[in-house]
Amino acid sequence: MNVIQETFNWLVDPQTWSTDGHNMIIRSVEHLQYSALAVTLAALLAIPAGWFMGHTRRFSGVIVGITGAARALPTLGLITLFGLLLGIGLVPPMIALVVLAIPSILAGTYSGISAINTSVIDAARAQGFTTRQLVTRVHLPLGFAMIVGGLRSAFIQVMSTAILAAYVGAGGLGRFIFLGINTQDTPMLLGASIWIMVLVVLVDALFSLGQRFATPTGVRRLHAVPATEPSAG
Amino acid sequence: MFNRKTATSSMISFESVTKTYPGPSRSAADVVAVRDTSFTVDTGTITVLAGSSGCGKTTLLRMVNRMVAPTSGRVLINGDDIAHMNPVQLRRKIGYVMQHAGLLPHKTVAENIAVVPRLNGASRTEAKRSVDRMLDMVELPADMADRYPAELSGGQAQRVGVARALADEPRILLMDEPFGAVDPLVRTGLQQQLVDIQHELGTTMLFVTHDMSEALRLGHQIILLAEQGRIMQQDSPTKLVEQPANAFVEDFLGLNAVDKTLRTRTTEDGRTMIVDAHGRPAGFLEQA
Repeated sequence: MNVIQETFNWLVDPQTWSTDGHNMIIRSVEHLQYSALAVTLAALLAIPAGWFMGHTRRFSGVIVGITGAARALPTLGLITLFGLLLGIGLVPPMIALVVLAIPSILAGTYSGISAINTSVIDAARAQGFTTRQLVTRVHLPLGFAMIVGGLRSAFIQVMSTAILAAYVGAGGLGRFIFLGINTQDTPMLLGASIWIMVLVVLVDALFSLGQRFATPTGVRRLHAVPATEPSAG
Repeated sequence: MFNRKTATSSMISFESVTKTYPGPSRSAADVVAVRDTSFTVDTGTITVLAGSSGCGKTTLLRMVNRMVAPTSGRVLINGDDIAHMNPVQLRRKIGYVMQHAGLLPHKTVAENIAVVPRLNGASRTEAKRSVDRMLDMVELPADMADRYPAELSGGQAQRVGVARALADEPRILLMDEPFGAVDPLVRTGLQQQLVDIQHELGTTMLFVTHDMSEALRLGHQIILLAEQGRIMQQDSPTKLVEQPANAFVEDFLGLNAVDKTLRTRTTEDGRTMIVDAHGRPAGFLEQA
């Protein structure tokens, strides 16, 4: 029996999924929870910051800097560092995952807000929108699709990296990766990896759907329909 | 706001307004957009601010709804200093049309027109009535209400821009080169429509343009500006053409241009044809 066959067998084995076996369902939920928590925390920091930079159109250099620097940061190194500083558990990997998620969300929010036509914003202010109304009625609806895009890539990156949580003793699907490596159980290692990929693709598809719904009708038509000829105009 | 206690014939007064912007670098000198400019706009008339780009006309216009704050000097509406008014409340009372209509792309035409009435607390039904009335006034078909801005031509979008600005019946309308981006034929139609609307509603209008023929067509009063908002002449269109105050005004009107000299030529059927300096026909002469 080759490794591919064994991996497939591991994946379809009821023992893999049942609560008294490897408990993959619970681990999957855990994995998604970690990812969601990290992205939520990162969004709480990055969306207001990205909004501010996009609105004032200042500090855009900061975005480039942060994005570049954060991509160069080795997440495993960060987890080890925070693990040494803060001990075993969920906190060190969570900090590392938040750091990982921030650049995409920051860049998405910044682009979403700064891409709004200045004359639209100028007109809205001149009609008497307060800053709050500008945010809720102009910035958010028009920038939402790109913000969701930022969340989407952040979530995907975090999901792929969240296996490292198990490295410092937390849960998630990383358990099987490290257990597989340590016990030289290749089918488990491969099976868990494939399962993570499947989850990532599913989540990505969900976000893609969300992004579509986040685009307002009028904006979708902007790209779909050429302006009609001036019959009355 | 805009109470009539001090009502005079001038609705908007600029009193020695100056606007400077910080220079491009810390050591650079401040950039002066407008220096010590004063003029008044009479109630119920169209005043045109004309001049080349960079003369400060847009800066002056945007001072009226506090989109720009003067560095010094005052802007008064009906005698009240607008610096003491809440800018958001002020803007909801003043219509504003700009070159690029600036319609909200995710809102329908109807929702765009209803923005200001809704901000001012109109109910949905009241706002709907405003929308219908405004579409009719700017001569757009009622079924256009559900379209999105992306589905409009430039001229249609600009009509919606005018409708939006007038929807809550402001006493003041500011227009910043509103017809600059539409083709000449449509522009003429929109200008005529604006004159009709102004006649009907009696709105006080301040209109910015660099197009002298537009200024002459629309303005009851034309203020011709040189750089830094320096007023070169402030007069009715007729007086501006008949008695230009200086060479700048003559140049801006194109009176000195060689190819503006027209000649007459008698055609074979005995009519008098007017030709320009290059011999191209410009029209026929008729006895008034």
